[in-house]
Amino acid sequence: MTTVDRRLWLLLPAGLTLTVAFLLPVGWLLSRAFTFPQPGFQNFVLLWERPVYLRVMGNTLWISAIVTPITVLLAFPVAHLMAHGSPRLRRWLVFLVLVPFWTSLLVRSFATAILLQRHGVLNSFLIAFGFTEEPLPLLYNMAGLLAGCVQVLLPFVIFPLYSSMARIDPAYMRAASTLGATPVRAFLRVYLPLTLPGLMTGATLVFISTLGYYIIPALLGGARQQMIAQLIQDQIATFGNWGVAGALSLVLLAATAALLALLQFTVGLKEIAR
Amino acid sequence: MTNVLELSGVQKRYDAVVAVDALDLSLRSGEFLTLLGPSGSGKTTTLMMVAGLQQPDAGTITLNGASVAKLPPYRRDIGMVFQHYALFPHMTVRRNVAFPLEMRGVSKTEALRLVDEALQLVGLPDHGDRLPKQLSGGQQQRVALARAMVYRPALLLMDEPLGALDRKLREQLQLEIKRVHQERGISVLYVTHDQEEALTMSDRIAVFNQGRIEQIGSPEELYDRPATRFVAGFIGDTNFLSGKVLAVSDGRCEIETPAGRLQARATQGLLVGASASVAVRPERVVPAASAALRGTITDVIFLGTSRKYVVRLKDGTECVVLRPANEAALGARGSEVELGWAPAHATAFRDG
Amino acid sequence: MNADGMTPWRLLRGALCILVAVYLLAPLVVVVIISFSSASFLQFPPPGLSLRWYAQLLSTPAWTNALLVSVKLLVPSSILATLMGTAAAYALVRGRIPGATVIMACLMLPIVVPGMITAAALFGVYRGMGLNGTLTGLVIGHTVLSLPYVVATVASALRVQDARLEQAASTLGAPPWTAFRRITLPLILPAVLSSLLLAAILSFDELIVSLFVSSARVRPVAVQMWSNLLGDFDPTIAAIATVCFGFALLVLIADLALRAGRGLRLA
Repeated sequence: MTTVDRRLWLLLPAGLTLTVAFLLPVGWLLSRAFTFPQPGFQNFVLLWERPVYLRVMGNTLWISAIVTPITVLLAFPVAHLMAHGSPRLRRWLVFLVLVPFWTSLLVRSFATAILLQRHGVLNSFLIAFGFTEEPLPLLYNMAGLLAGCVQVLLPFVIFPLYSSMARIDPAYMRAASTLGATPVRAFLRVYLPLTLPGLMTGATLVFISTLGYYIIPALLGGARQQMIAQLIQDQIATFGNWGVAGALSLVLLAATAALLALLQFTVGLKEIAR
Repeated sequence: MTNVLELSGVQKRYDAVVAVDALDLSLRSGEFLTLLGPSGSGKTTTLMMVAGLQQPDAGTITLNGASVAKLPPYRRDIGMVFQHYALFPHMTVRRNVAFPLEMRGVSKTEALRLVDEALQLVGLPDHGDRLPKQLSGGQQQRVALARAMVYRPALLLMDEPLGALDRKLREQLQLEIKRVHQERGISVLYVTHDQEEALTMSDRIAVFNQGRIEQIGSPEELYDRPATRFVAGFIGDTNFLSGKVLAVSDGRCEIETPAGRLQARATQGLLVGASASVAVRPERVVPAASAALRGTITDVIFLGTSRKYVVRLKDGTECVVLRPANEAALGARGSEVELGWAPAHATAFRDG
Repeated sequence: MNADGMTPWRLLRGALCILVAVYLLAPLVVVVIISFSSASFLQFPPPGLSLRWYAQLLSTPAWTNALLVSVKLLVPSSILATLMGTAAAYALVRGRIPGATVIMACLMLPIVVPGMITAAALFGVYRGMGLNGTLTGLVIGHTVLSLPYVVATVASALRVQDARLEQAASTLGAPPWTAFRRITLPLILPAVLSSLLLAAILSFDELIVSLFVSSARVRPVAVQMWSNLLGDFDPTIAAIATVCFGFALLVLIADLALRAGRGLRLA
């Protein structure tokens, strides 16, 4: 004899909003892939046959695949210092990472654009110190896109990595060194494996976020770096082609879900939630 | 005397596990009744059902003669003390204790008076303006006690209230709770897994095992006349000697053990020829000439007020004997002794 | 300290951290400085300082309207998201609700699903309902986007709090709503306020859904910025970007203060 908890009612407003203003619309959009302009799989055939779609999807994967390792490599020392530095230093570092984290993506992308312009700060700096004579093309190409993505995504790796590192007992490393391990071996065999949950979580977050990016490629990338979200926008706003937009959305969502499933399989979502 | 609380046929299951099974229990007005048992024996579940924090699957619970089946916890006339105090961390001690009075619409001035009185009773008259986190564990539990009885509920429920405290503090608070119980004449239903605590504080004890009550009675009854082998083993120290039943008559029986032929009180279910165990308390074992048991002392431990002897009987089983220290020594290590006891001091149980 | 062979790594780590710090903060610092420039193009360092771009901002109806729309949008959407999200988190953490984990995961979906998909989907279904170009349409979109953040924040605060406090209040005579109002709510209030701030800043910054759903008349700040960014950059954008950044900084500091307060209470 189990009675339904009366607190179930409290779930109603959020559940209803989510269903009506999110789940149903997204379901509707995805269903367009099979129903627009007429029922069938013609939209997926189109994705496969038109080189432009394949190229953009390939581009998107390729860009995510480059952004992820760069972000992880840059995040690692910051997380390490955060986890093992003095409490004072930790507070400063956390603040330093939180400030951009809370600032709008649009503002940060704009700020990056200012920095990277032809006559921007970075080029003036490079010329002044004699690294180059001519201003380098840093904007509206792969360099600009990567610079923008990595900057925005660093906190998504730093924080999970930090929380994994902060839980590592320094005694492990001391134990490893008393057992005869060199610092490098102790790091590779003891420390690095223990950071893997945070590292995998951060890397997955970066990868799936990059897959869906729209603002950064539109603002900092060039025509050759077009990504899948831009293509979806184009299909709807320019061509009104809901079928292809739905199919592209489905592909994007499937890739995101697959990566999350992979993360769940390797790390476990409970670990991530911690 | 009337019964404050009555449980009849109460049952609770969690999925396939029966937590409490066909439970009957009554608590007399002003009585201190303890539910004692190992963890998972159903004692806390029983308390939770009395509080209304869990619902029984079957059976009735009556409080002051009226069924509380449909009453939520906040409309039952009870007070409850939790193991981890459950003091509201954002309220001062005074506001914590005043909380139940406020819920009952007691006027401000009256509430203030009652709160001061309650804090006085638990020995914390000057701590009213502190926050719970500024108090020690023992002080927090005193505040929880004051909060649970300031409105004079018909029944006070205590769920392992001293479980989180160290031994010394626990013993001190046991006496204080006992004193508060006597001064206020309040009815208490107390849950613990600590048999010493139960013996110290209770008027009556109900021993729980696997969702059922094994025996209910005064501490003396449980200690001297355990009804089941579980009770004999769970309360106090006991020697168990196993053997075969030779004869049963008039509440007495005779058991043949490898160590010798023994006499004991009989309990239910003893059958001639079947195997049985005899339980006897270490302090009930006395030196006796021409007695049934012979053995060798293998260890002597001085405990201050008493001496503990470990005696290996001739069949190899060990028997612990406790004698007052001011009595003549039973013997040195290695010496042979003969032991016995009054038949009324030993109890025989059916095995299995 | 120096004999452990770790010194080279420590130096490298320090250098990389400084590099990342510069990388993260330099763009923002440059934008803030440029917003006070006296020059009429985005030059750094600026030839002189002035407030002319802020004056320009306040005297351009497109910008003042956008600010007004943003406020009209963030106030209802953050309040709605906080109320609904708090209620849902409470039900999911404290209630005995079958499938609570699955429901929780569903509520997190708006974070996981790429913004472009949500935006396109809302734009698509809004067409039939006449919600495109309306404040209502934007409010609904922003509410649903903020909801997961509120649920996650409040749920984690509720998990930290001892559920027995409510049971204790109940045995002491407090009906459920009173127990929630007097005991639970004061204890999770920092988390609730923190998620309100988060929802407000999320709404203020949100671009993609706004881009699809807004119109020339109902156009929040982010969309107005976007349309200017696609043309020529001028320091007015630096000024509005600085305003956005200042707002974010303010909210972050308020949030940190709330967290510090919560930490003190738990300690």
